[in-house]
Parts: sequence; C-alpha cells; structure tokens
Amino acid sequence: MAKLTIPKEEIMSPGHMGCQGCGATMAMRYALKALGKKTMISVPACCWAIIPGAWPNTCMQIPMQYTAFEVTGASISGIRAALDSQGMQDVNVVGWAGDGGTVDIGIQALSGMIERGHNVIYICYDNEAYMNTGIQRSGSTPYGAWTTTTPVGTTEYWEEGQKKNLMEIVVAHRLPYAATASVAYPEDFIKKLNKCLEIPGPKFFQVYAPCPTGWKSSPELSMDLARKAVTTRAFPIYEVEHGKYKINRKPEKTPLSEYLMLQGRFKHLPEKEVEFLDAHYEKEWKALLKLEEMTQDESLGNFM
Amino acid sequence: MRKVVTGNMAAAIGAKLCKPDVISAYPITPQTTIVEYIADFVADGSLKTQYVKVESEHSAMAACISASNLGVRTFTATSSHGLLLMHEMLGWASGARLPVVMVNVNRAIGPPWSVWVDHLDAIMQRDTGWIHIFAENNQEVLDSMIMMYKICEDHDVLLPGMIHEDAFYLSHTSEPVDIPDQSKVDEFLPKYKALVKMDLDNPLGFGSLVMPDNYMEFRYKIALAMDNVREKIIEVDADFKRLFGRSYGGMLDLYRCEDAEYVLLGAGTTASTVREVVDELREQGKKVGLARLRVFRPFPYEEIRKLARSVKAIGVFERAFAFGYMGPFMAEIGGALYNTDIRIPIKDYIIGLGGRDVRTKHIHAIFNDLEKIANSGKLDKELKWFGLNDGNRPEEEM
Ligand SMILES: Cc1ncc(C[n+]2csc(CCOP(=O)(O)OP(=O)(O)O)c2C)c(N)n1
Ligand SMILES: [Mg+2]
Repeated sequence: MAKLTIPKEEIMSPGHMGCQGCGATMAMRYALKALGKKTMISVPACCWAIIPGAWPNTCMQIPMQYTAFEVTGASISGIRAALDSQGMQDVNVVGWAGDGGTVDIGIQALSGMIERGHNVIYICYDNEAYMNTGIQRSGSTPYGAWTTTTPVGTTEYWEEGQKKNLMEIVVAHRLPYAATASVAYPEDFIKKLNKCLEIPGPKFFQVYAPCPTGWKSSPELSMDLARKAVTTRAFPIYEVEHGKYKINRKPEKTPLSEYLMLQGRFKHLPEKEVEFLDAHYEKEWKALLKLEEMTQDESLGNFM
Repeated sequence: MRKVVTGNMAAAIGAKLCKPDVISAYPITPQTTIVEYIADFVADGSLKTQYVKVESEHSAMAACISASNLGVRTFTATSSHGLLLMHEMLGWASGARLPVVMVNVNRAIGPPWSVWVDHLDAIMQRDTGWIHIFAENNQEVLDSMIMMYKICEDHDVLLPGMIHEDAFYLSHTSEPVDIPDQSKVDEFLPKYKALVKMDLDNPLGFGSLVMPDNYMEFRYKIALAMDNVREKIIEVDADFKRLFGRSYGGMLDLYRCEDAEYVLLGAGTTASTVREVVDELREQGKKVGLARLRVFRPFPYEEIRKLARSVKAIGVFERAFAFGYMGPFMAEIGGALYNTDIRIPIKDYIIGLGGRDVRTKHIHAIFNDLEKIANSGKLDKELKWFGLNDGNRPEEEM
C-alpha cells in the first residue's frame, strides 16, 4: 500500500481568494505543510497579497506581513534580524514572492539577502508573468508567450526573450541550498523543504505554479500542465545543495507541443517556433545534466 | 559627559544610547560617517544590535519596517538621494504604524550633483506620515533622537519619525555636546512595547488588502495619531528638561519674540545665524525675533497663528523651493493664516540652496527689508530668491 508522505495538517484555511486551478495557492498549501506553524512569512505585491483575503479576513494561520513589491529579500532579513535580537532562532522565516517580484524588481534585494547569509527561506512561485496586474510579461515569461504586453497582434509580437535562468543567478551567490519544485510533485517539494529546514543560511526555491487565468488554460489542467512542464524539459526539477546539482526527476521526454497547445498563451505559435523552443529546452536540459555530472566531482568539495 | 563631536557622531551616539535592536543602513555622503561610527560601536562591543548592511536605502527601510513589525526598536540614517529612494517605504512605515526612527542629513538633490545642505529632500517627504524634526545644532540632534523614540513609540502615536540635520554645518562640524548617561536614557526611554506584533501565538496579517469601505478609517487614524503628536512633543520636551536640563521649545522654538514687531521664521542651522543677528539688532533697539520651525510635521499652525497675531510682519527663510509655487514653508504658513482675521504681510526669502553660505550680513539685509515691510504694512513682492549670482551684484552684496 502506498504511503502518503504529505502531512495532513492544513495551515491554510479554506476560503481563499485564488482563482480556480491556481498553482500559487496550491504551492502555499503544500509549503505550509512542510514549514509548520513556527513560521513567519513576508509577502510582497503579487497575487498572494490578495489570495489570503481582504482585511479583516485571512486564510493564513501563521503571522504574515505584507510588504512592497521589490523588498522581499530585505524584509525577511529584517524579520530574521528582529528574531535574532530576541534570541528566537527556532522560527522559520519565509519570503514568498512571485516571479516578477523575484527575477525583475526584487532581484537586488534578493541578491543582498543571499549575500548576507541570513537564515531564511525565499520561495518564488513562478507563474511566468505579472498576473496580479493582469498578465504582463516578466523576465520569467518564456519565449513565444502571449501576454498583454506581448500581445502577438498581426506582427508576431510575442515574447522575444528566453525565460531568465533565475536558478543560475541564485546559485552564483554560492548559497547552501537552492531548488526548483513543482506543484505537480508535492512530495518532492515537501521533502526538499524539510531537508532545507535542517540547513542554516539562505535557502531558495523556484516553484512552478500554473495560472489558468494568465495562461488561458482550463483550471482542471493545472496539475497536468505542471507535470508536462517537467516531462517536456520546459521546467526541470532539481536541487543544488552546497554547489552540487541533483536532478530530482528524469522522466521520459514528452512532446513539447502537447504541453504548449493546452495553453491559449502559446496557441499562435507556428510549428517552427515550437521546434525552436524545443531545441532550446533540450540544450538547457543537456547543460543541466552536465552540471549534475560535473559537480559530483568530490575534489570540488562544498561551495558553502 | 561633555565631548566635542560632529553632528554625525552625535547621531551615532544617540543611536547607541537608544539601543535599537536592529539597525539597517546604506552609506551616502554626508551621512556616511554615521554608518561607520555605528559599525565601530558594534565592532568594539559597545553597541549590541543586529546591524543589517543592505544593498540600498530602499532595502534599509524595508528591513527596519519588517523588523519593527516584530515589536523591536529600529534605526536607520540616510540623506538626499537615499531618502528619495526610500520614499515608497516611508509610506509603508507610517501606514503600518511602525515607530521606525531615522536621521536624515539634509542634502541637495541632483543634478547638478551637490552634497551640500538643502532642505528639499525632507520637504519631499512631507506627506509620508512621518514626524519631522529639524535640528539646529549637534546637541539637538542627539537629544531629539531620544525624544523621538519616546514620541513615536507612544501607543497614542505609533508613527515613524525623522530628525533632520544640515549637511556639513552639522554633520561634519564639531561642537561641544553633553552626552547623557546611559542609565538616565534608560530611565527616560524604556524598552519598546508594541501594541500588536508578529507573534506565533497570535498569528495576524499585517498590511493586507483593505476595501474602500475601510481604507479611509485607517487613514483617519493616522491623522488622529499625528494630532496626538503635538501634545506628546510638548510633554516629552518638558519631561526631557526635568531629567536632562534641556528644552527645545516644543513645536515652534521662539527666540525674543514676546514683544517683537517683525520676526524671521525658518528651520535648520540658519536659525543660529538669525539668533545672532537678532541679538545685534536688539542691542540697537530693534524689536526683532526668531521663530524656529523645529517641528515640520505635525505642522505648528496654532503656534504660528498665535505668533502672527502679535507681530507686524513675518519673513520666511527657507533652504528649499517648491517648483511651480513658492517656498514650501511659505505656502504652509499662508494656509495656516487664511481662515483667521490675521492679515499681516509675509515675505518668502529663498536662501542658501545647495549649501550656499548664509552669513550674518545676509540676515541683516533680510531684516532691513522686513523692517520696511513691517513699518509700511506693504509687501513689495511675496517671494525673493536671495543673493542669486545674476551678473550685477545684488543689493545684498553676496
Ligand atoms: C513598485 C511597484 N511597481 C509596480 C507594482 C504593481 N504590481 C503589483 S503586483 C505586480 C506583478 C506581480 O507579478 P509577480 O511577482 O510575478 O506575481 P503574480 O502577480 O504573478 O502572482 C505589479 C507589476 C507595485 N505594486 N509596486
Ligand atoms: Mg508571476
């Protein structure tokens, strides 16, 4: 009989304001199961500033402070410093920000926080655009995607850049732990969170979180899409522990078009663009396999 | 203990005496020595604090805010462009009702680059919901910090506050300063007790979304708290005098104004120069005075009304200009007097922007001009940019 490793306790109450099929909401629910109630969280401007509900209601059963869009890294440094000043070491301090608040406007504060070595967990839920403001592109929006600021039109005016490689930026700081995760693999996500709770210093997660509203996909497909993002290599799940890469899932590759064509945001893409994107993901995947292989070299030791 | 220290050293010592649990700051001329002195105090073990060295002023304020939300005392310091970068977070501190205290070294805004004194950086933060106190000397920088924490942390207030010191004239100029005993400061300023804070046993959301049917009430409560500050400032000033023997006159610091016929009103170190000229003119039998705008927010409109009732003319000196209108203080004073029956001439003198020296001879020229206005009851013009280099030497002989 299969054993369920996902804790039963719910730290997020029902009654949130997330859309149907919201990956970001699921990601929080799973994360809290791993983090437990001895957790304080800081959330900048993003969908998650709305999801808990309007004052005086909240679906959160842990202390949460809302903060400005670009300051998550600095905010959790402040919380940690305040706890340290009171000798309270046994509280998990979590920053929970969207992709825009992380890869774009908040990257400076994130970088400063990691560099200071604060004992905190920064979790970026990645829905690949500025969703809260109505689906504008972010640095995390993949090539070819429609958003309201890359509206395709009649001139192939879709997103021209590849998704920013946030993990490489973060790992370049030589922090003790960084990982990607996906709502389609909650046991993997929870396992990695539990592991990182044992590691002092800054920890980072990038969690894939489908957004039916922004991706123009059916809400019931969110889990399927998140899984397909992994199997198509669009969003591999891996961890980097003390500089050593480990790819957590290496599934059989499935065709990229099967993933893209379930989403309105990619429907306009001609065949050759799908192939172009597929080739890009394949190249990135190979590089990731090489990184995994290379960093196993014992002579490298631990980066941190 | 009396020591000869710069304004920045006075600020750093002030921070040490107030024992903030968390300090987060970023360097900028001419505030830099504050962050350096604090680092020295931490390094020599004389200041026990969490010193968070952030990558920007924006993050410095964010870290202070987030720490303050846990009910601990916080401090930061900045200047000019740093203060402007913080602007978004200043509103966050007051909106979240957090008693963050900061020292701002007043410096001009570029371009053209200038590191010298100018008050526009402070003025641009007028409506952020912070308490603003302008210091006149290094002693007042230090004393105001101790008083500011007491005011801000009062449960009838719970607002952030900034103390302004003039670039170089205070920040880098040494003056004798009485350093209060730590035990006395501890007595005057006990540990901060938050009304609500982030707490695992009572998990709340801080700063969440509020619908239009409640937002106004949140703002109204800030307005009420700001009104409470007026009384608190006077109360704390009196308490401070009892314990430390020094007082700063509460909201509006009046000097030889009792029987004055015309007075100059303004903020910062220029007030010291005006004081000297007032003494000289008094020797000559002229009935002049100084009203030092010590507290800019909350604005001392009652005190200004009272003063205006007893004089024939007011001259406003200001180291800032509000583009498209007039000097910022002038505009506010006009607003304070409009709904009264007081109709005296008021003239605005824009002086010393970007650190241009303002000397006693300049203040004499201004008082001369004001005397004519007071005697005739007639205003030649509302606004004067005093001592511009316009090619022909101006009448004040700059
Ligand atoms: C300084 C600032 N600029 C812009 C905004 C407007 N804004 C709020 S949320 C948001 C997008 C958030 O995107 P992301 O971080 O990806 O989170 P998501 O909404 O997708 O959950 C923007 C642009 C803001 N609140 N503050
Ligand atoms: Mg997003």
